[in-house]
Amino acid sequence: MNERTKLAGEIEDPIVAGALKHFKASVDAWSEAAYSQPRTVVRTARHTWRLAASWALGCLLAAGSLAGTLYERHVQQESARIAAIKAAEQRAALERKAAEQPVASTTDTSQPPVAAKNAANEDEDLLATVDSDVSRQVPAAMEPLAQMMESNGAN
Amino acid sequence: MGTGVVNLRVMVASTKSMAAGTAVKPMTADAAEEIAAREFANIVESHRPQIFRFLLASLRDVDLAETLTQECFLKAHRNWKHFRGDSSAMTWLMRIAINLQKDHWRNRRLQFWRHTQANAVDVDEASDWLPNGDRNAEQQILAREQVAQVWKAVEGLSQRQRTVFLLRYVDERELSEIAQVTGLSEGTVKAHLSRALGRVRAELRGKR
Repeated sequence: MNERTKLAGEIEDPIVAGALKHFKASVDAWSEAAYSQPRTVVRTARHTWRLAASWALGCLLAAGSLAGTLYERHVQQESARIAAIKAAEQRAALERKAAEQPVASTTDTSQPPVAAKNAANEDEDLLATVDSDVSRQVPAAMEPLAQMMESNGAN
Repeated sequence: MGTGVVNLRVMVASTKSMAAGTAVKPMTADAAEEIAAREFANIVESHRPQIFRFLLASLRDVDLAETLTQECFLKAHRNWKHFRGDSSAMTWLMRIAINLQKDHWRNRRLQFWRHTQANAVDVDEASDWLPNGDRNAEQQILAREQVAQVWKAVEGLSQRQRTVFLLRYVDERELSEIAQVTGLSEGTVKAHLSRALGRVRAELRGKR
């Protein structure tokens, strides 16, 4: 029994066995044809233009990233400078306002401003509301004490 | 084999000459080297087509198979001195070829950005190579279809399964030899083979 029949015999399915036989025959034929065909040795030309292009592309990318970094840095510096100028201007404006305000208060001291008066009233109302709320939120156990305090306050 | 074979030959030669009653001439290093070179040339001549066929079936690329075959024998030549003859020269060469093929796939996976010329032929082109034999036209078409289906199934196999499958059904190697070449156990070889055959069967059944 030669090797091929033994191999075909190990596969029960005759179609698979047949297909494998054809496959081997095909590979053998291809291999023989490829092996026996004359070959010419061709010196692989070094594509200098490809090398140059890749170098150029690499340089371009490096230059681009460097320029990008520099630009980003410049933009950051510029925005920081503008922010500093604005802050200085605001500070100067505030100082100027502060300098003007005492002058205004010294010129008109007899009448307090109406707005300030209103604000003071609002504050007092708010405090009164808070006090009453807090006293209402006293736990049940403290209720007698709270009542005592209320009566003291009333007296 | 290598040096071992050369030394053995020297011994045989000297025994013969002693038996003949002639003076024994010590073999020079150059002569030993020449014999080793001749031995290696014989090995190349006898095993090159088989290595080429295996690589061609694995890669489906004539140029690449040729290059890797050259590389295989170059490697073998470099290490010829270290070859002790524990296994046959063919087993040793096939092991080198399998390693080269593995390295090739690994490099290709890693260097996917490199400009690599893909000369691998497609399944249909590969299945065109079928000798006519004594088949009629219809049988020939059917056989070609089957070959294409087997190629398709082989394409879907893992690298290890493909190697085992090709060693068995193209190179017609024994399971023990496949195990030796691939460094796998015989059980693992059988398992790979069974899976590969299952795939081939499924491919053929799907087209029936």
